This record gives sequence, structure tokens and C-alpha cells, in this order.
Amino acid sequence: MPGSRSDDKNGYDGVSRRSFLKGMGTGVVSTTVIPAVASAKDKIDRISQSSEGITSANITLNINGNDHRVNVESRTTLVSVLRNKLELTGTKIGCNNGECGACTVLLDGKPVYSCMMLAMDAAGRQITTIEGIADGGELNDVQKSFIENDAMQCGFCIPGQVISATALVSEGGNPGEKEIRKAMSGNLCRCGAYPHIFKAVANAAGKGGR
Amino acid sequence: MKNFALLNARTLDEAVSSLGTDWNEAAVMSGGTDLIGSMKRYIQTPEKVVNLKTVSGLEEIRSENENIVIGAETKIAHVASDSKVSEHLTALSMAAGNVASPQIRNMGTISGNICQRPRCWYYRDTEVPCMKKGGIRCYAVAGVNTYHAIYGGGPCHIVHPSDTAVALSAFDTTLTIVDKYGTKDVPFSEFFVLPEEDASRENILKPFQVISKITVKAPGDNVKSTFIKVQEREAWDFAVASVALSMKMEGTACREASVILGAAAPIPWRSEAAENELTGKNITETVAVAAGRAAVADSTPMTDNKYKVELFTNIVKRAVTELV
Repeated sequence: MPGSRSDDKNGYDGVSRRSFLKGMGTGVVSTTVIPAVASAKDKIDRISQSSEGITSANITLNINGNDHRVNVESRTTLVSVLRNKLELTGTKIGCNNGECGACTVLLDGKPVYSCMMLAMDAAGRQITTIEGIADGGELNDVQKSFIENDAMQCGFCIPGQVISATALVSEGGNPGEKEIRKAMSGNLCRCGAYPHIFKAVANAAGKGGR
Repeated sequence: MKNFALLNARTLDEAVSSLGTDWNEAAVMSGGTDLIGSMKRYIQTPEKVVNLKTVSGLEEIRSENENIVIGAETKIAHVASDSKVSEHLTALSMAAGNVASPQIRNMGTISGNICQRPRCWYYRDTEVPCMKKGGIRCYAVAGVNTYHAIYGGGPCHIVHPSDTAVALSAFDTTLTIVDKYGTKDVPFSEFFVLPEEDASRENILKPFQVISKITVKAPGDNVKSTFIKVQEREAWDFAVASVALSMKMEGTACREASVILGAAAPIPWRSEAAENELTGKNITETVAVAAGRAAVADSTPMTDNKYKVELFTNIVKRAVTELV
């Protein structure tokens, strides 16, 4: 898959020795400066708002209903935290450039590219990943429909596809093919499983498909 | 990407007092979808990033007297779905609805969309020292210029990538720019700059300035507008050609027209020639064709983008016929 986990140049901060050492350096600085005023809803444990900004911080990410406390650098993207720090590897990295949709997650119920969002910007928001999309132990309607309609080939893009489809279906209404295509347009499928994907979404939305 | 100091500004004052006088000292982040891409590729490597998303009060669309005021941090998706915008500023609503993908529209903001950097592949290639990055050459001239300018090019030949900027140019639009010295309103038409004036930037913003809001005068009920965007693939893409058209109609007669071409020039490009073909005329198929031809009459296409001439001819004609 594109983008190696240790590619420091791309901002994956979890693994490489170089970024580990860097992180230790900035981590020491930030922990000494951060005042202990963190409330549960604190977006970020800020240093006092000097004009200098922060290079790393402890933040709380609410993912699938659970709070996760993580230390991140400013440059750390949300997808990097999900995959490399929290082992929520259902969210995929395809292009890592905001073009393919493999990294799609819900932010306060709306689909966004987690590769183009700083983790710090997601602090205090409701994040839903593919791991949290099922209703308890049961697959949601979109997931079931993807299986019933054989809406995948290699499956790599499917977590992102399911997230986008779930956002559309949960809006209610009765989306036609045009609306479905538009809502799903930010998710690419290299296998070209689109006809089955659109059918799965239409069925999940309560329509008969084409 | 290189790490940076992130400043989550809470107020505009805090934001502008944190900015510097050099582009590499501090970058302004709005939705972040363009900036983060540039930082990942090391095209921009700022020491500090000032986050405007955390400034309260900048995400709203409201009516104020006869104006529609759009806060700088309003999401593109919000602009696309707002009923005031779709009723009075149809072209803007259509343009916003065609920006990139649903995910990007949920992240990107209106001010970020008009301030995004060009998509020129030489500019986006870290290894190419083009004049936009401080070099002395525009590599598109002797290189592959399929997506480059047919108007206003030279010495750099980018096209402006924003859809919403094209639509906003078709209306009476004012930008409010804030810096630590105060606030000023700038007509939208004076915001963008051609490369002959400054090849390194696309607009007049200085490193220490931010946009706080966009004010659009709501046109009367007799003004109709539309936006057409041509993309290489239907799903989502940057425009290879677009047009925003607004016409003030009296029966079938056009009293005033704005014709703005997108992906034609380094700035949203007003075609006065096409406007003159429409103004004062009864709008017929013949007039629409004449406007299309006039829109490209004095264009100067490059080696690989002559196809745009025909594209603009046709989409201007189509926009006119669709509106009446």
C-alpha cells in the first residue's frame, strides 16, 4: 500500500526513530509548560496563549464514543493517530492527499478526509470510524447491503465507502441515483466496483436500485 | 511534513498579532485541505500555523440590509446548501456545490477556497524551482501546458483554481481584510493580482493579513445567474473551464451582464467583450453564440490548451441560453 508507516516525510509520527527522538524532545518541553487545567471537554491542553503556538500537546479524541488521551505533534494527521497510535486500522490510507477517500471518517456526523485534518483539529469533536459504525454488535444497514450486493472486490476502499454511504443514508430522505453518485463521489474504487456500490447504497436507503 | 507551532487563535486580534511579515514565518490555516497538502509536499514549510477555525463568530451566513454576509470560516458545504445563497446568488450556490468532493466541502471554507494556491503541476512539484516558488522561469511555457492560461498569462501561466471566486466575481462582492493595523473593505475585483504584477502570489493579501468576511450585495429579483463547470472526469475535479454568468433581465432583454471565466487566467477573468454582446440585447440563440465567440476573441492559448478556446465558446453560449 502507498505510504510506508515509517515515512517521516509524510508526517507519520508513530514509528520512525527520527520522529520518535524529535517527539521526545518536544514532549519534554510541552509537558513542563502545559498547565494542569484540562477539563474533559478541553480541546487541547493549551500552553498559555502566547503568540508562539504549540509543537505538541496532549489531546483528547472522542472516537466511537470513547475518549482517547494521546500526545501528538502539531503536524500529526488524524488518520496517523487512528492507525499508528490507536491501532484503529480500519481507516485506510490510499493517496494520503485528500483525493481518494480511503481515510474517510465522520466528524460530528459529516464525512471528512482524516488524512487532511490535523489531529489537534479533531480534538473535542465526535469522530466515528468504520470500527464504530456498526450498531452495537450488529452491522448497520449499509454494511449489510454492501455484503448482500457484493459491493466490493479487493475491499481496500470499502471502509471509506461505507462511511460516506452511512452519512447519506442517515440523512434520511429518498436519494436518487444522482444524489447517491454525488454523495459517493469523494470515494474512489480502483477495482471499479461502482455499479454494485451504488446499488448497495440505494438498497440501504430503501430504494430498489436500478 | 515538517513540524510547526500551531496557534489556535480564539479571536481575529489574536490571529493577526501572531502572524509575521514573511510567508515562511507563519501560514494561515482555514479548512486546511490545501495548506496541509502543500506542507506534506514541502511546497510550504512554515514555522508556525495560525488556525482560524478556532476563531469564534466567523462561521455564519446572514442577511444584513440588502447584503448577504458570509463569514470567512463558513464551510463550502454550508454555502452550497444555504437557502439565501441559492435564492439570491444562484451561481455561487452552484459553484460551491461543485467544489471538489463532499468530504472537501465539509472541511474547506469559503475564504480558503478563494485563497487556495494554484494546481499547476510545476508549482506543485517540489523539485521544480518555478517563479511562483522564487525561481526565474515558468516551466509551463516550454513544458506541458494543457491546464494553463489562455488569458492574462506571463511571466507565470497558472490558472486560478477556485470555483467560488469565479461565481463571487459575477456579483457585487466585497472582502473584509483584517490586520493588526485595522480592517479594510476591498472590492472583490481588486483582490486578485496578475503574475505581471506579482508572480509569486495570486492576490493582494500580505503575510500578516486574513479575510474575516465576504459581503455580497443581493441582486434584485430580475437578476438571474448560473455557473457551468467542465471537468475531465465527472466525479470531482478542478475545472478545465468554467463560467459564471449573471444577467439583469427586463422581459427578454438583458440590461446588465457579468461574464466571468474560470480556469482561463491566473485570476477570475471578466470578459467585457462577452458582456457587451449581451448588454442591451434581446437574448436569442444568435446573441448567445456571439457572446461565446466574443469571450475568446482575444485569447492567447498556449501549445497544449487550444481546446479551451472552443470549450469557453460553448459554455458561455450554453450559460446564456440556459438562463433565459
